[in-house]
Amino acid sequence: MSDTAADPRLLRAPPKRGIRLSWADERLRAIVWQVLVLGIVGGIVWWLVGNTRHNLEVRRIATGWDFLSREAGLPIAEHVISYSPTNTYARALLIGVLNTLKVAVVGIILATLIGTLVGIARLSKNWLLSRLAAAYIELIRDVPLLLQLLFWYTLLQALPSPRQALHPLTGVFLSNRGLRLPWIEWQDAHSFALLGLVLGAVIAFFYARSARAKQMADGQPRKVWPVALGLIVGLPVLIWLAYGAPFTGDIPALRGFNYAGGMAVTPEYFALLLGLVTYTAAFIAEIVRAGIQAVAKGQWEAAEALGLSRGLIMRKIVLPQALRVIIPPMTSQYLNLTKNSSLAVAIGYQDIVSIANTTLNQTGQAIEGIAIIMLVYLTISLSISLFMNWYNARIALVER
Amino acid sequence: MSATTDMAGQEPQIASAARTDGPPAILLDKVNKWYGSMHVLRDISLNVAQSERVVVCGPSGSGKSTMIRCINRLEQHQEGRIVVDGMELSDDLRSLDAIRREVGMVFQSFNLFPHLTVLDNCTLAPIWVRRMPKKEAEALAMDYLERVKIPEQARKYPGQLSGGQQQRVAIARALCMKPKIMLFDEPTSALDPEMIKEVLDTMVMLADTGMTMICVTHEMGFARQVADRVVFMDRGEIVEAGVPDQIFNDPKTERLKTFLSQILRGH
Repeated sequence: MSDTAADPRLLRAPPKRGIRLSWADERLRAIVWQVLVLGIVGGIVWWLVGNTRHNLEVRRIATGWDFLSREAGLPIAEHVISYSPTNTYARALLIGVLNTLKVAVVGIILATLIGTLVGIARLSKNWLLSRLAAAYIELIRDVPLLLQLLFWYTLLQALPSPRQALHPLTGVFLSNRGLRLPWIEWQDAHSFALLGLVLGAVIAFFYARSARAKQMADGQPRKVWPVALGLIVGLPVLIWLAYGAPFTGDIPALRGFNYAGGMAVTPEYFALLLGLVTYTAAFIAEIVRAGIQAVAKGQWEAAEALGLSRGLIMRKIVLPQALRVIIPPMTSQYLNLTKNSSLAVAIGYQDIVSIANTTLNQTGQAIEGIAIIMLVYLTISLSISLFMNWYNARIALVER
Repeated sequence: MSATTDMAGQEPQIASAARTDGPPAILLDKVNKWYGSMHVLRDISLNVAQSERVVVCGPSGSGKSTMIRCINRLEQHQEGRIVVDGMELSDDLRSLDAIRREVGMVFQSFNLFPHLTVLDNCTLAPIWVRRMPKKEAEALAMDYLERVKIPEQARKYPGQLSGGQQQRVAIARALCMKPKIMLFDEPTSALDPEMIKEVLDTMVMLADTGMTMICVTHEMGFARQVADRVVFMDRGEIVEAGVPDQIFNDPKTERLKTFLSQILRGH
């Protein structure tokens, strides 16, 4: 502002504070305490490292990362990328990381969706709906997760054998060997169609932005969703048709003792995902409810008095304010879900903990194995935290 | 105290002092409302003419706020009729939207949207409800922010403003919808004394433009200066109504006398 120089409040700079050499000086005290704490922590680390090195020497255990390039010889039932027991430990551990990510990422997405819906249902004026949501939340969050995982796993194990598999829909088979779904035989055309889907979504995003800009220019709101839907559905379909519409169904069929073909979901993965999602969703539901209720009633009233519709109030007034209450505890829940996925060990899903455990049993490299597990969780957790903190800062309120 | 000495049955709203020609801006006809079994509005009948300025006063819990909140249906009345600008309030959502577009409201606690800048607070409804181009809405908002004398705060957030400034933004925000009627629900009750004046000045300025206004307030100076009519409510009913001079200098009922003596003692 131009008149700041004239503002008498700005003419004098604040005085600089020095440090007095007295125990009564607050800043001196702060420095002394920090040096002390740093010293203690450093001492503990020094002792731990020394102790470990000594014990390793006494037991004649060689440390090092050479084992990573050795043949693992460990079978892994589920792998996103190709793997066989003749591959190295490094590859086996990578499979473990991918398996952890597979359950964590899908789990976070599903838990967020279900949790949000249940949280909104909990606030519904519909008596039955809100009571059902409340019952779900109370039941699920009061039972330990490990117990729930064992429950789901046992339940899935109790399903009939493949020969008597349940099939609620044609091509869908549910047995104690897991879930089998019909799939298609993947061809290039399908890859291109998938690319078209992504492209359509990107174009739809920019179309929505330009529609908003046009509304800001002439005031007329535009219906975005028909065009967006057309782009997102139409583009991949067009590409698929252009390639001659190849389609070969891959229907699961009983072969020997199990099904072959189609898409397989193992009972281990299914139970782990189910347990993590239902458990975390109960907490997320409460977070969403708290967030929406944290927005003052006056905000609704002010917006209603201005003539805004309920949908607009939710979108423009309530959700943006609820989100800043929701995001920090939501981050904790995402971290919890990711770390809780290590309970996979209990039901035999081979995540990073399970594979690193086997590795350290076979090689005796306990320190390295634990270090790998810590590093993996630290990396995933910090990535989630960083992203969520960035998002939180972006939507934070400006005050003073 | 009996109803006869209160003149409650004598339709005090007839004592209007203002321009009563033309259709009324607001008509309340025997409006009743209950919270559970508590009867909070009892047979409220009130005619407000175009450009009339009505001040509503009364002890807390007398139903003043509930009454004006019924006018734009932040509260629902259960009996009687409310007609605003020729449109009757009903369960029809479309007529409700139409009425809310014509009626602006200012709250005791400002209720600005804290996540939007002052300018965005003002342009939100014109853009999304009136379907106004953004540039036009911003020009309109700046115009009103200038009239309430805070154009330089347009890019700030509500949390960065003083209470008086926030309330003036709230007035500008309501005016940006170009309402025909303005409702004020104790607009200065949450303010420090030195900020009350700046908000009252803004309201006086608004009154001078010929806006139809209903103000729930305890600012008797404002009532004397601006009001065409003062309505005194107690225990959910209109006890007395008349020109400020008559209400303040010649109260008819014991209830009003008691109220006035309490108000004056408080000041």
